[in-house]
Amino acid sequence: MTHIPTPTPETESFWRGTLRGELLLQRCQQCGLAFFPPRSACPACRSLEVPEFKALGTATLHSFVLNERASEPWSRPQCVALVDLTEGIRLLTCLVDCGNDPAALELGMPLELTFKPLSSLISLPVFRPRARSDPNT
Amino acid sequence: MNGGAAAIVGAAESTNIGVLPGISNFQLNVDAALNALADACLGPRDIDGLACGYVDAGDLAAHLGIRPAWIDTTVVGGCSWLNQLRHAVAALAAGLCTNAVIVHGESGRSRVGGPHHNFGHPGSHADQFVFPYAYSGPVTALGLPAVRYMRRYGLREEDLANVAVTHRLWAQNNFRAFRQGRTSVQEVLASPMIAWPFRRLMCCVVTDGGAALVLTSRSRAYEFRKPPVFVLGCGESLGGYTLGAAGFVDPIHADISVRSCGAALKEAGVQRSDIEHLMIYDAFVHLPLFGLEALGFVAAGEAAQFLAEGHTSPGGDLPMNTNGGGLCYTHTGSYGMFMLQEAVRQLRGEAVEQVPGVELSLCHGWGGCWSAAATVILSREPSS
Repeated sequence: MTHIPTPTPETESFWRGTLRGELLLQRCQQCGLAFFPPRSACPACRSLEVPEFKALGTATLHSFVLNERASEPWSRPQCVALVDLTEGIRLLTCLVDCGNDPAALELGMPLELTFKPLSSLISLPVFRPRARSDPNT
Repeated sequence: MNGGAAAIVGAAESTNIGVLPGISNFQLNVDAALNALADACLGPRDIDGLACGYVDAGDLAAHLGIRPAWIDTTVVGGCSWLNQLRHAVAALAAGLCTNAVIVHGESGRSRVGGPHHNFGHPGSHADQFVFPYAYSGPVTALGLPAVRYMRRYGLREEDLANVAVTHRLWAQNNFRAFRQGRTSVQEVLASPMIAWPFRRLMCCVVTDGGAALVLTSRSRAYEFRKPPVFVLGCGESLGGYTLGAAGFVDPIHADISVRSCGAALKEAGVQRSDIEHLMIYDAFVHLPLFGLEALGFVAAGEAAQFLAEGHTSPGGDLPMNTNGGGLCYTHTGSYGMFMLQEAVRQLRGEAVEQVPGVELSLCHGWGGCWSAAATVILSREPSS
């Protein structure tokens, strides 16, 4: 069964961002720390000046498993991954279009952001392999 | 510092463990509590402290006929019973209660009338940032750091499989173990794939069962039928965000384990090298490896070789998970209480696979898919 997240008032902005194709992080205006998931205060210095900003959408693969028992709308197996965003944040997500061959999935490989729509209100930020020769990198 | 301030004077598991469709989640708690009270030769009116988790505390107290003056319902996942033990020791030391019972029961497999807990309430971080990502059980969150570990230290799937093989050596003749008999690397690698690299026999069993402990203060510890087991030191920590490893700088050697174990060793006043028996929460095969390294028993990257050399197996110099662990013995979804039970049995000399002369045992567990850790050091003597 598809698991659809239930946004709260504090995460609504984040989920609205996903509908625009944006992965929103926050950065503390006092100490500069970037963080995720959404929260009202900086976890390092408790500053309340923590505006959202749009992630670059680039990451590297930190680790993964290939889940053989994933439910719709995922594939079997489905690659579940930890990725390290360029902004220095580690995110739990899924990899799509990645071939699902463990030998071919190198840790540290470059990834790029894409989205998987779940409902009219929710689109999940997921990642896919990025060609190393991509001129935009 | 409460080191040695309290002792375990009653310990028992539910009458049966395994596949129990004929008993409810609630009754597993009741059965376990009554067995532990019987082990301590205490009646309900002797108990004035209650800790429990996956059951309603008021219902349980009323049903058992106990009237608690101290209550703890800490639930942070599988290690919660270690946390509750720590809290009970502090309560006994402070005089908040006289005799406390800590109860776990969970219809984790048959799911009859419970379990009464939910880690993914709508709107929670898990609901929004973990479960949507093809989550189908802890292996898809808790298992994630394993591949990082394999790649960093050159571990093969065979090495992971061997962890299951070594654990089965302890359970092979244990009549209460869910998985008995020997297994082989070949058999483990032939079992169905759950989530690469984890195959079924690399994952813990899923069972129904319960267990409970009765604690009293140090001054009364020798007034009971069974030899007391003193709680020498405890530690606990919370650290992770979103159930997984996402919040950790190094999810392999997680600081939650370092902090928790460090606090326990300090309170107990003992060194790692003093520990003669080890229980490390083994929901999946990589966890004993992570635990041995994070707790400092072996150097980073050396745990699999340590197991392969037999150090933690029957006859080894650091016997670990001597009931067969969650991988073989039982795992109701929350395994921590069963680690404590095995440590108590070893210290009392009652274990199925008894290690000769165990004086000091260390239990280390995790909860909430790596968001919590707890450590308990148990001893036959009240001080180190």
